[in-house]
Amino acid sequence: MAVIEVTAKTFEDEVLKSDKPVLVDFNAGWCGPCQALKPIIAEYAESHPGVKVVSVDIDEEDELSENYEVFSIPCLVVFRDGEEVNRQVGLISADSVADLVEA
Amino acid sequence: MYDIIIIGGGPAGMTAAIYGRRAAKKVLVLEALSCGGQIINTPDIENYPVEEHISGIDFSNRLHKQAENLGAEFVFEKAVDINDLGDSKEVITAKNTYTAKAVIIATGSANRKLGLENEDSLVGRGVSYCATCDGNFYRNKTVAVVGGGNTALEDALYLSDIAAKVYLIHRRDSFRGEEANAAKLSEKPNIEFVLNSNVTALNAEKRLKSVEVTNKDGSVRTLEVNGLFIAVGRIPENMNFARLVELDEAGYIPAGENCHTGVPGIYAAGDNRAKEVRQLVTAVSDGAVAATEVVKYING
Ligand SMILES: Cc1cc2nc3c(=O)[nH]c(=O)nc-3n(C[C@H](O)[C@H](O)[C@H](O)COP(=O)(O)OP(=O)(O)OC[C@H]3O[C@@H](n4cnc5c(N)ncnc54)[C@H](O)[C@@H]3O)c2cc1C
Repeated sequence: MAVIEVTAKTFEDEVLKSDKPVLVDFNAGWCGPCQALKPIIAEYAESHPGVKVVSVDIDEEDELSENYEVFSIPCLVVFRDGEEVNRQVGLISADSVADLVEA
Repeated sequence: MYDIIIIGGGPAGMTAAIYGRRAAKKVLVLEALSCGGQIINTPDIENYPVEEHISGIDFSNRLHKQAENLGAEFVFEKAVDINDLGDSKEVITAKNTYTAKAVIIATGSANRKLGLENEDSLVGRGVSYCATCDGNFYRNKTVAVVGGGNTALEDALYLSDIAAKVYLIHRRDSFRGEEANAAKLSEKPNIEFVLNSNVTALNAEKRLKSVEVTNKDGSVRTLEVNGLFIAVGRIPENMNFARLVELDEAGYIPAGENCHTGVPGIYAAGDNRAKEVRQLVTAVSDGAVAATEVVKYING
């Protein structure tokens, strides 16, 4: 599946109420490591239809990044049943992305 | 079997791939994370010949495409060891073993850590190694930068335009960075120097709250900060290969300008090699030299 852009308006429906696990990628256009992580995340989304993958542009959505205490990007946060279960900051490998969601 | 395996898809490794492919060799690049290496961290490259300005990520993506278009293969796995079988070499990753006639180690360097107990767990909760990535989270807040080289000075200058206050903590009484940067710093009213001091503890409740700094004279000070930017240099990523290849005291491969490691068929290119200037131009230069030497070695 493709990566879905989410906003403060759609976060609850797309992430918190999702019945699939959700991987949220907090990122920004000016952040190099975020741009390097993007294709890894996109490929993960394509090859893992059982996981919903969404992206939050922290420049547009400062309320979301504040609520979820994101202070360093890229920041990947995994949600299950509306609860945060895992998080990782910084550029990581494709294998580590899979491990993060499965853990 | 490949002709050449290149460990590391940074500027040095990808340039070696271009030269290897142009000599019609079968080339595999093994990259642990994503192509580009350290340079993806900077939005502004302004000292690379011909390009007056380019971002690190654009530089990386264009170089990656160039190598790929020439037929270099890329696999995203981390190399953890090399077996020297004489005429061939095995490169081991967590999942696979790849074989080639020759290997170029182009693993660059990683952020040096302070080595404090809770440092890793506070990354993303107040501790950062990338001012340009995370500076914006500290608008009108108080931050500290630790380090004395150019990266630390540039980080402090960058952050001084965003944060209310910036402490610059350095273990010596003067800076190693460029004069121009040091001069600009002293003009910034919101930068306070904390010299002759080491960061000795990170105090946190969920997030970083303050840092403890200890002066050479033994006095201890606690600085209330929202963020700490660590810029205390980089360490070469050669340890996986120390069994086979000689390293100097600082962990660099003491290969000369011809990039020979002393082990026939194994070469070193880029920031992980012992040298004076660690920049893109010298990394790509090493890539070209190492690949040319490898081709000579293979063709015999
Ligand atoms: C913030 C910042 C700004 C900079 N700005 C400039 C600038 O403006 N101009 C300039 O000329 N230079 C600049 N530099 C320096 C420049 O980035 C480096 O000199 C250059 O990237 C070195 O290239 P390299 O290929 O040797 O190593 P690296 O860029 O470090 O690349 C090494 C690659 O190898 C991979 N790797 C490591 N170990 C393994 C393993 N075991 N298996 C597989 N892969 C592995 C890493 O993931 C990485 O992708 C800057 C550096 C930083 C950090």
